[in-house]
Amino acid sequence: MSPARWPRDEPLDERLLVIDAKASRYDDARVRDLPSMLRPGDVVVLNDAATLPAALEARTALGARVEVRLLTERLDDQARATWDAVLFGEGTWRARTEDRAPPPALAVGATLAFAREGAPRGARLTATVVSVSPISARLITLRFDARGSALWSSIYRLGRAVQYAYVAAPLELWHVQTPYASRPWAVEMPSAGRPLVASLLRALTARGVEIATLTHAAGLSSTGDAALDAALPMPERFDIPATTVAAVDRAHARADGARVVAVGTTVVRALEGSARLHDGALVAGEGTTDLRIDHTFRPRVVDALFTGLHEPTASHFRLLEAFAPEALLADAYAHAEGTGYLHHEFGDSCLVVRGSTGE
Amino acid sequence: MEIRNAGALVTGASRGLGAALARELAGAGARVVLVARHAEALQEVAESIRARGGDAHAVVFDVGDKRDVHRIAGVAAALVGDVDLVVHNASTLGPVPLRPLLDTVCEALEEALAVNLVGPFRLTKVLAGAMLARGRGLVVNVTSDASVAAYPTWGAYGVSKAALDHLGRIWDAELEGTGVRIVSVDPGEMDTRMHADAMPEADRHALARPELVARRIVTLIRRADTLATGARVRAVSFDEARA
Repeated sequence: MSPARWPRDEPLDERLLVIDAKASRYDDARVRDLPSMLRPGDVVVLNDAATLPAALEARTALGARVEVRLLTERLDDQARATWDAVLFGEGTWRARTEDRAPPPALAVGATLAFAREGAPRGARLTATVVSVSPISARLITLRFDARGSALWSSIYRLGRAVQYAYVAAPLELWHVQTPYASRPWAVEMPSAGRPLVASLLRALTARGVEIATLTHAAGLSSTGDAALDAALPMPERFDIPATTVAAVDRAHARADGARVVAVGTTVVRALEGSARLHDGALVAGEGTTDLRIDHTFRPRVVDALFTGLHEPTASHFRLLEAFAPEALLADAYAHAEGTGYLHHEFGDSCLVVRGSTGE
Repeated sequence: MEIRNAGALVTGASRGLGAALARELAGAGARVVLVARHAEALQEVAESIRARGGDAHAVVFDVGDKRDVHRIAGVAAALVGDVDLVVHNASTLGPVPLRPLLDTVCEALEEALAVNLVGPFRLTKVLAGAMLARGRGLVVNVTSDASVAAYPTWGAYGVSKAALDHLGRIWDAELEGTGVRIVSVDPGEMDTRMHADAMPEADRHALARPELVARRIVTLIRRADTLATGARVRAVSFDEARA
């Protein structure tokens, strides 16, 4: 499958591969057809995390250039100035992450000065390394010297969207936001929701489908460092509003079997992660989950997954296998490959509807 | 809408009506992000609000700049969480002293449209999608009677505000029934620097104080769900909210 190399103009015309595990079949559709595939009473759950400009250029005290990709904000710092981050050596997103030069080793106490060519005047930011991970020396914790609006404004002035080598040109912040982005918790776009524009949300509502939101801090998908990639996704933070818990409970209480449709694997992670933390019950509020979803996982909350098409790697298939059998997925993916579907964050979508529980 | 604990964003908050609105909203318990281009005055307003126990954050960006609009939205939500209320108060008069259209250069008209129309359009677009998904939110456009009456020499400003009014009307019609509202409010003539720039010879004592107008607009914000679709209202029609 080829990657979509740039955002397209009309999300509603993008392709949608519908995989129905119950009927054991797959079909071609368009994103605009989504409302007709859902039923009144179904609940569509969105991840409303906005995407940070998480890639920052910096120099070490010795003048070496590094790229810092923010990974997750540390909740144990009351000043809200500490982040886990991944270091890359000199170079840009145009090189594949696995081909990037390694960064210089930074010890605890090392300082970083952030800057960007062409950045607005007065944008200055510095940080100190406060720990280095045993997983990889490229995974560090750093504490910024600014706080509050000064810190956030500098990150937004200096940072760029994290992007990968298959994308055609530098991405702007607006290219990596879903149409309903709110708090900037994600360091990569929760891209499944990218085609769900306002008119589609209205069409879903008109169909009797309920829209609900949560916020989940989507992390980096790849670092090019084998040890680090094996540890992804790292524990991620989520926040589920009480109104969303109520909407899910309403759907599951209906006699006609209304379904909970997760938009993106981050929503699955948040909903199932919350349920796992609370003996199977979905509970409102913030939490952190290290849940990894694979073929052995039996979803307790989510009945269907609307997600982007990604490279049919082993780990992505293992995840989808929580919703549909391997043979059906392999057939559907072969069909998508043969008929020109595009993958990755600007690519086409798929809707996987789960069979009966325990299949 | 309920102002207590709401995330609110006010543009043009370094002085005049914007600063007064930020103070009133913070006083009513909102978490307020103040936006303006110039840091010093903006930070002074934010600090004075914090000194009285309010939650206020100064965010220095230009509403007329596309990249900055996206930065404003991200920084605001990082600081105060979901933004439930946006007040588009920042505006430019265009060229001062005011002048007839025949003497207005095209670039001055374009700049007035960029700040007074396209800026609010962009910022609303970035913030109202999340409001739609949540099923609640309020956008208030600060307009002027120059958007209705054809005052000679007020061309660039009047045209931009008339377009902003109509943008709001169409947007509110499109969002009917979603819980998200877009309304326009005419504050009336106030004793502000903008007024002095436009009409230096005016008797300041005859003009309303922005603090009082801000209190009326707070009442409007509380009652926004009772307004008709596409409402364009005058601040003077509302009582002053009690502090």
